[in-house]
Amino acid sequence: MLQAINISKEFPGVKALNQVNFTFYPGRVNAILGENGAGKSTLLKILTGVYTEYDGEIKLNGETVSFSNIKEAQNAGIAIIHQELNLIPELSVTQNLFLGREILTPLGILDATKMEIEAKRIFEKIQLNVSPKTLVQQLKVGEQQLVEIAKALLCNANVILMDEPTSALSDKEIDNLHRIIFELKKEGKTIVYISHKMDELFKIAENYTVLRDGNSIDEGEMKDTTENDLIRKMVGRDVLIDKKCTQSQFENTILKVGNLNLIHPNDKKRKLLHDISFELKKGEILGIFGLMGAGRTELLETLFGMHPANSTYSLEINQKNVLHKKPKEAIENGLAFVTEDRKTEGLVLGMDISSNISLTNLPVSGFLEPSKEKNASKNYIEKLRIKTPSEMQLCQNLSGGNQQKVVLAKWLATNPQILMMDEPTRGIDINAKSEIYNLIKELAADHMSILLVSSEIPEILALSDRILVMAEGKIKACYLAAEANEDKLLKSALPD
Amino acid sequence: MTISLNHPLIKKSQSLIALFLLCLLFSLLSDKFMTSANLWNVLRQISVNVCISVGMTLVVLMAGIDLSVGSVLGFTAAVCAGLLKNGLAFESLDLFVGFSVLGAILVSILIGLALGLFNGWVITKFSIPPFVATLAMLTIARGLTMLYTEGIPISNLGAEFEFIGSGWILGIPAPVWISILMVLIVLFLTKKTTFGRYIYAIGGNERAAFLSGININKIKLAVYGIAGMMAAVGGVLVTSRLNSAQPNAGISYELDSIAAVVIGGTSLSGGIGTVAGTVIGAVIIGVLNNGLVLLDVSPFWQQVVKGFVILLAVIIDKMNQKK
Repeated sequence: MLQAINISKEFPGVKALNQVNFTFYPGRVNAILGENGAGKSTLLKILTGVYTEYDGEIKLNGETVSFSNIKEAQNAGIAIIHQELNLIPELSVTQNLFLGREILTPLGILDATKMEIEAKRIFEKIQLNVSPKTLVQQLKVGEQQLVEIAKALLCNANVILMDEPTSALSDKEIDNLHRIIFELKKEGKTIVYISHKMDELFKIAENYTVLRDGNSIDEGEMKDTTENDLIRKMVGRDVLIDKKCTQSQFENTILKVGNLNLIHPNDKKRKLLHDISFELKKGEILGIFGLMGAGRTELLETLFGMHPANSTYSLEINQKNVLHKKPKEAIENGLAFVTEDRKTEGLVLGMDISSNISLTNLPVSGFLEPSKEKNASKNYIEKLRIKTPSEMQLCQNLSGGNQQKVVLAKWLATNPQILMMDEPTRGIDINAKSEIYNLIKELAADHMSILLVSSEIPEILALSDRILVMAEGKIKACYLAAEANEDKLLKSALPD
Repeated sequence: MTISLNHPLIKKSQSLIALFLLCLLFSLLSDKFMTSANLWNVLRQISVNVCISVGMTLVVLMAGIDLSVGSVLGFTAAVCAGLLKNGLAFESLDLFVGFSVLGAILVSILIGLALGLFNGWVITKFSIPPFVATLAMLTIARGLTMLYTEGIPISNLGAEFEFIGSGWILGIPAPVWISILMVLIVLFLTKKTTFGRYIYAIGGNERAAFLSGININKIKLAVYGIAGMMAAVGGVLVTSRLNSAQPNAGISYELDSIAAVVIGGTSLSGGIGTVAGTVIGAVIIGVLNNGLVLLDVSPFWQQVVKGFVILLAVIIDKMNQKK
């Protein structure tokens, strides 16, 4: 049993956790719910020995513990599986598994055979069918996650913390993960599970803890609560996601893509995208659904001029033939691209909000106009409800949802005709999510055309006017919003 | 009222406080330190490093490095002196071109620009790490210097030229004026232009900058070009001060300039730092050199002390980042 008693943690200017209490039980999945910025990550960092200074007490099986580093937490049997995986791509799965706890021969030399045998044993247990010599970079995301779980099992962890483990997995991989969690539960392990996906929590979790603004709001058993009830506790008020599309007349074609092909940069024989053709109308939201690896991101990247050497296509924007050899040209032709990974592709984290927003639209004269920049960013902060003390706040200090809003603002500031969004609500909380949904709908009502890539079926269904389904680099189906449903989308998205 | 050491104002002016303490220490230990003659001397000595270092700041802000500045300084200085003294003779055409002081300086700065652009071209065109590309230029430019001078100093360049390094204008040494001008130019670039903003963005997150439509290669070319030009300006100052271009002028100057940048608080991983910090960094190194000489510390010990000061500066910086 893992208990926290009156845990508080303060950062300069922010109280991240305020007298938080909870109990996690062995043999159960204990869900932590909360918006981004509610204090979940801080809590995990305290439990795993990353943050060593805090007020309050942590008890493991009745004894007070305090960890001064990650290793101590591991030795006490607490392991964490991060949202962003921490494996070294260039090393093999076995080398990753034993990193920092290598098995040595009596002479002090690495005992590769023994480690590979041990790796195989653990992989069998979690049904991971890869050779121990495989390099991590050759694995799919789902398989990499299993390697992380294997790592936790290897150090005999009794408490396993999982931070949004399914955000990047396909449904099949998710099922597999849930099955493994079920097995771990039977063995009496304590599972702590953070996820924004409600249906998933109701499927696998027994207990829940709700955090809001650093306070513990409620604890209880999943069977005694409902989805709406939990959302209300997380957000502090009712959230309604309007599932109906705004109907508008789509007549004018703004974007016409023909025979788009993309070959693999390192393997010229492999095609990542095959003969993709479609049209986008003015004011339309075109959803693009597919599983991981279907080629959705690559499609947007190609349109944005990020693969000039490996792609061929015909592209018409406003009846004008164009070719994008780099993002700059795509932007000049009215495209904007809200990329999937806001940390590595969207933002310069060490710069302030204002500089990030203006990065796409600084004056062509070459001279900065500080007052204009300030007003524009203040405007977006208000319009998109970015939570921040000022426009000079560094982006690295913002929560995920607010960072995503800054990325959006940065692209809206270019006045695009076509807004491409890749998983625009991935890893952000439900409140920011619904705000972004409403914004997307407003933009479309204002005649902006939107390409929306998402892995979340409810999101695609709620927003799109039309839905393309992709699998293995091809367009497999196209539905009008009215005729689409979850079953049809999933069936079309499965590879042959 | 108590003032915590973590107060943002104190953090911001940390290197300035360090400089103040250093000056205080030397003025207590030596009665020669706090004399106007000595202080002008210090400023004149550091003016070369200041010019190189403000250029280096732009490179480092962009998460790059330029190891070639010392050799570029050597070569441009030699060409400047050679043109002044011997002019350009085209024997086959029976043509001789003589150079005024301004003409020779302009040509040498253009050569600095060309060598810097070559660095940038190699780095952007072939995706070569800046460390390697500029290491190659370090050797190339030094070799060119030796070829051009045949290993012999070019001396006696005339009083007009000598004035740049040794003269006084309005009670301030001429080289100090020139270094102030260079600082102001780079300060303007970083604070007031989109070019400066793009440098910070590229250093902070190159991919995000590229996706925002910034022409990364153009900015990189320009930055390495500027670094080359600043090295050439430094070369003019050194040469006119000595009234002679030495074949080995500028050797290991890249290290002093990187040290100034780092002591000034610019992160070697890019995106964070200021020109003002670099200037303070250069002054700290200058004061340290000067003070240790006044105290009769052996030159070998001076190097040891300087090394530890660099380490100390980076460690303090790192500790601040963690908080």
